[in-house]
Amino acid sequence: MFKKLAIGAAFALALAPASTFAAGGGEQHIEDFDFSFEGPFGTWDQNQLQRGLQIYTEVCAACHGLQYIPLRTLEDLGYSEEQVITYAADNFEVFDPELDDFRPAIPTDHFPANTGVGAPDLSLMAKARAGFHGPYGLGINQLVKGMGGAEYIASLLDGYTGEEKEEAGTVLYENKAFPGGWISMAPPLAEDQVEFADGHPATVEAMSEDVAAFLMWTAEPKMMGRKNAGFVGVLFLTVLSVLLYLVNKRLWAPHKGKIRKD
Amino acid sequence: MSGIPHDHYEPKTSGEKWLNSRLPIVGLLYDTLMIPTPKNLNWMWIWGIVLTFCLALQIVTGIVLVMHYTPHVDLAFASIEHIMRNVNGGYMLRYLHMNGASLFFVAVYIHIFRGLFYGSYKAPREITWIIGMLIYLMMMGTAFMGYVLPWGQMSFWGATVITGLFGAIPFVGDAIQTWLLGGPAVDNATLNRFFSLHYLLPFVIAALVIVHIWAFHTTGNNNPTGVEVRRGSKAEAEKDTLPFWPYFVIKDLFALAVILVVFWAIVGYMPNYLGHPDNYIEANPLVTPAHIVPEWYFLPFYAILRAFTGEVWVVQFASFITGGIIDAKFFGVLAMFGAILAMALAPWLDTSTVRSGKYRPMFKWWFYLLVIDFFALMWLGAMPAEEPYATFSLIASAYWFAYFFVILPILGVIEKPLAQPETIEEDFNAHYGKADADATPAE
Repeated sequence: MFKKLAIGAAFALALAPASTFAAGGGEQHIEDFDFSFEGPFGTWDQNQLQRGLQIYTEVCAACHGLQYIPLRTLEDLGYSEEQVITYAADNFEVFDPELDDFRPAIPTDHFPANTGVGAPDLSLMAKARAGFHGPYGLGINQLVKGMGGAEYIASLLDGYTGEEKEEAGTVLYENKAFPGGWISMAPPLAEDQVEFADGHPATVEAMSEDVAAFLMWTAEPKMMGRKNAGFVGVLFLTVLSVLLYLVNKRLWAPHKGKIRKD
Repeated sequence: MSGIPHDHYEPKTSGEKWLNSRLPIVGLLYDTLMIPTPKNLNWMWIWGIVLTFCLALQIVTGIVLVMHYTPHVDLAFASIEHIMRNVNGGYMLRYLHMNGASLFFVAVYIHIFRGLFYGSYKAPREITWIIGMLIYLMMMGTAFMGYVLPWGQMSFWGATVITGLFGAIPFVGDAIQTWLLGGPAVDNATLNRFFSLHYLLPFVIAALVIVHIWAFHTTGNNNPTGVEVRRGSKAEAEKDTLPFWPYFVIKDLFALAVILVVFWAIVGYMPNYLGHPDNYIEANPLVTPAHIVPEWYFLPFYAILRAFTGEVWVVQFASFITGGIIDAKFFGVLAMFGAILAMALAPWLDTSTVRSGKYRPMFKWWFYLLVIDFFALMWLGAMPAEEPYATFSLIASAYWFAYFFVILPILGVIEKPLAQPETIEEDFNAHYGKADADATPAE
């Protein structure tokens, strides 16, 4: 009985993370998107990440920084070294203390921080938000659907209702995904705002998903390495468990009678 | 070393004799590893090994993480991202360390409740129990300070709230809080001292673990029946026990491997599940998170801390008779530490002469209720401080204290225990049939 209770207890522990109580308004609605990187075997959709980068560069970068992301890591998205050099130089200027002046960015620089209008840095946004809470703070939602950081971002970008209001001199926009329902960021995306080289449709919904996927990559660039390590580790440890089970059974056999009475 | 008679190490070659007469270390290791262990230990007795593994895991991953971490308020958060992005395998090291803390606490809670159910705390194992409680306290301190190091929002505000508890101590509270923080608020001085102590305490824990093991190797392990190993002669003791190596080492390693499958899957596939998203936002003293929630392993005691508000009559009474010295805040702090102290006092609060809960028909149910109470408190600790959670928290906290200070003392007097087996051998054979010396390994 105690054994069962303790196993149940251990299991319940795993189901009750503190993370389920992040700030969240009652009527917040987070859509459960089907991202390619989800699940134990999910991988990045490289084209999607490239589209996301393009949206970030052309739209989000105006207000939001990515200060923890080295530009060189863009090679992970399938760009060549030359492409990254060109991209960095064409799009960003960084302050160089040695020159005491701004110069075009090179791959070893990070994306610049951008604090101009007080917009938050997006490097870790996909991990700093959780999409699914509850029920009753038990975290079961997150166990089934994942943490939902990318879902939160996509839902937010696609969650504007079109309503606005002015409060203390600030215009607020109604948003289904934002806690509290009103956000100070104007709807950033519009249909066909970005033209993709691969001819992918640029609807607000598609772009929301693309940029959310890209921001998941910036937040957790080593996700594939991690899942791979998870898979290999689980496999090896399972084999080890089986071997140890057999060793243990054999070791104890002479001391245990063959017939169990209970 | 052990009170149970068994074979001791005898140096054979001249080299061994030479070493043994100067430093009997081989004999010490031999006696430790070959200690006679009750052969009826069940699967609740594997958590010690899991805990030892956790300590080693945390120390090893921690030492490597320190090589890349920068304890400075302007650089700490960025250095964590440096570990996650630029250090080879850094993301695994960090996630192992992060979730390793959770595994550590899962194991320690089951280990503690094992002790509470089977009466492992009772004479003659009180010292083992007390040392264990000290280890648990140090673990909490270490985990708390470790959580501050990434310098995220929860790190900062958690540190602010928890160190604020010391500010509730009458008269000297503010001075103590300032002394702990190294200044008037959580800042660089706080981060640096927490970093230093976070590195130090695990080694203190390691030393206490050795004392913990030394203590129960002197008294012998408890076991599911609570019946002592017979010590009249070596032959008699051998009927009740098997040596730790290889029987229990292999059994424990098997259990550890199974647990690690689950642990590794969490690290690989959902490493942030037990964490808090707010800690991926850099600490900002100007922005308070909507809910400040400690890590899950602190939640039960956090619930007790918050349960005693100024509206509770006990708190009002305490405030009245102390002339206001014990206010609601300080009462909460006392209750939180008192809840842990209550566990530590269990050996003297439990009046029953029967060790194992298996033979205590009434105790059993109160114990199961305590386990449920623990989970209820954990859930309540994560809930906002409002009704109905506040009332639930108060009831659950009251039961925690009632269990130790009322139920345990009374049960020993009024309960009629069931018949216990005479010997461990009898219990073992009742489960597995008579051991046959020529038996071939069962398939």
